[in-house]
Amino acid sequence: MAYAAGVDVGSTQTKAIVIDENRKIVGRALIDTGANVVQAAENAFEKALENAGIREEEMEYIIGTGYGRYRVTFGNTQVTEISCHARGAVEMFPGTRTVVDMGGQDTKAIRVNETGEVIDFCMNDKCAAGTGRFLGAAAVALDIPLGDLGATALRHQRMVRISTTCTVFAESEVLSWLGKGKKIEDILWGVHYSIASRSAGLLRRVGVESEVTFTGGVTRNIAMIKALEERLGMKLNVSDESHYIGALGAALFALDHILASRAPRPEATETKP
Amino acid sequence: MTKKTMTEEEGIVGRGNRDGARLFREWFGELTDTAENGGAAAYVFVMGSLNEILKSFDLPVVFPEINSLQTAVRHAAHDYLNEAEDYGYSPDICGYVKADVAMQLRDGDHPMGRLPKPTLAVLTNACNTYIKWAEIWERMYSIPVFTIDIPGSREAGGQTWKGNRDFENDRRYVEAQLRELIEGLERVTKKKFDIDRLREVLGYANEMSAGWQRVLELNRSRPSLFNALTDGTIYLGVANGFRGTEEGSRYFKELVEEMEHKAAGGIGTLTNEEYRLTFIGVPCYPIFRRFNELFTEWGGTFVHSTYLYFASGGTNLGFQYDLAHPIESLAEGVLISVRDAMDSMFHQERMLERMIDEYALDGIIYHPIKSCRTVSTGLADSRRYLSDRRDVPSLFLESDMMDRRVVSEAQMKNRIDAFFEGLASRRRRAAAPGKE
Repeated sequence: MAYAAGVDVGSTQTKAIVIDENRKIVGRALIDTGANVVQAAENAFEKALENAGIREEEMEYIIGTGYGRYRVTFGNTQVTEISCHARGAVEMFPGTRTVVDMGGQDTKAIRVNETGEVIDFCMNDKCAAGTGRFLGAAAVALDIPLGDLGATALRHQRMVRISTTCTVFAESEVLSWLGKGKKIEDILWGVHYSIASRSAGLLRRVGVESEVTFTGGVTRNIAMIKALEERLGMKLNVSDESHYIGALGAALFALDHILASRAPRPEATETKP
Repeated sequence: MTKKTMTEEEGIVGRGNRDGARLFREWFGELTDTAENGGAAAYVFVMGSLNEILKSFDLPVVFPEINSLQTAVRHAAHDYLNEAEDYGYSPDICGYVKADVAMQLRDGDHPMGRLPKPTLAVLTNACNTYIKWAEIWERMYSIPVFTIDIPGSREAGGQTWKGNRDFENDRRYVEAQLRELIEGLERVTKKKFDIDRLREVLGYANEMSAGWQRVLELNRSRPSLFNALTDGTIYLGVANGFRGTEEGSRYFKELVEEMEHKAAGGIGTLTNEEYRLTFIGVPCYPIFRRFNELFTEWGGTFVHSTYLYFASGGTNLGFQYDLAHPIESLAEGVLISVRDAMDSMFHQERMLERMIDEYALDGIIYHPIKSCRTVSTGLADSRRYLSDRRDVPSLFLESDMMDRRVVSEAQMKNRIDAFFEGLASRRRRAAAPGKE
């Protein structure tokens, strides 16, 4: 049995996925990236191998993706997370035609075809507004653990509109609303809604076509799923494993390499020169 | 024999870049001499420089846009931008303007020498910032400013041509302004206008325009002969700074010779040309070389760019002045060329539709920039227009022409890599057996 792996080194967390030659996920790992990106990639890969119960020698091909993809020093090559999220989303939800990936420092809108090939994409530019980092800033300002943000926001009754588009200024705006006596859950829902609005704008730039699949670390925030669904007026594909979709896409590209090397055909994935 | 052939080849291939760099140094050397001797100089812009008339008065010309972009290419722009912002200019104002303001505050100090102060300024309405920019010099130095209003329908495909009544009215309107400019120059320079000198300048300009048009056409070759972004910018510098001069004319004749030689020998700009691209907008000068490498690393090369159209003031059309009627014909040429420069900024989608086939384009790179609304505003419309009609992938890359604070190489690389992954995937799909 051949195995392929994808390691997605994001700004906040590093994800690794191991698949077998039947495209079945056999191992996974998720760790905080921290300051040592090379170490994070190695640790995530080792944990995924351990989770899969296979040895490193059994691994045939590894692809790094995410902002730290060039720091996956043990990887064979790199593919951007844009291509990987597209591929992984269509693998997990075959009806996917639009992907919204919300990570720590950027949000991407990707239009894909039925094979997971990218038709068009769009990302937030040079600013972390509308990304997971924006939520992080709000969590700090309100002194709430990141994992509790979604559930707290869903208890809202009236939304407080967050007007700033700057992550740094968002913190001051949140504090000013607190000072005016607004409820934490109402402010938090406003924060979620503000991010969802910016993401919906990105999606419209590439064209929203059903089905829409939500990927990336922020998929674990239930209020963000709801806010995005409200802004787009449609249900999103989300699973408990949506934050692994980039790593899954990378693993699938790695498997392409393995299969292409066996068949007398041109290589199946373009790799970075 | 082989050695001789090699030497000849080494001599001609890359000559345009070498000579362009040399001419540039000489030009800035002359400007430095003028500055130090307190000589007169005309400040002009790339779209409608009216260099032909100014050269006929033997006035040295200063292109503030070129001075400013040179500070970015030489990694010094941030110092100039900061100085202008410290003085009170907003971060949102055109980076070219701010770098120039800082240069004026520094008494003409520039990484390539020293720039003379303006004696006068000549501009057109091709860019709305030109008008406000010239007002700054007017306030700083109390100099005369000549603004030429170039009329023309901004409706795509709605241009009129010679023989049309509206066109003739427009041409006469421009001609009247040129005659006023000539009178103004006589007053400022205290020199008598010499129509034969103008004829001579127009003759050289004709040769340059014809050469420039030919050079651009020759890049339809496969492999492409020059990189429209990097090499093309050098050619542009000569096209602007040396317009209407003997050196400029010789340069473009030799450049055509170089390109024809390369075309005949199949000598391309890349050893492995995989993807032919066009670049829409103004280059990312703060990381000029690196920006291009992000494409060439994937075998992508810019075979064409609208920058070579609008930043050459529309001289890409190759308009030929009628030397028997210099002023009348100059008015016609200015009207047509400046109008085309504006069209290549505001309505490039129609010319792009044609270029896709003529230049066998695989992709289109749009480069909207923060500090120039003029060239950036309509790019989203252009992209939508083309994506509705042609199946050619395009990429939107947002950065700046001057300000490195809004240029993020890591983010750019991510998008560029993803774009090429998509191009490669399309190519594989197209080549796959059983696919239409």
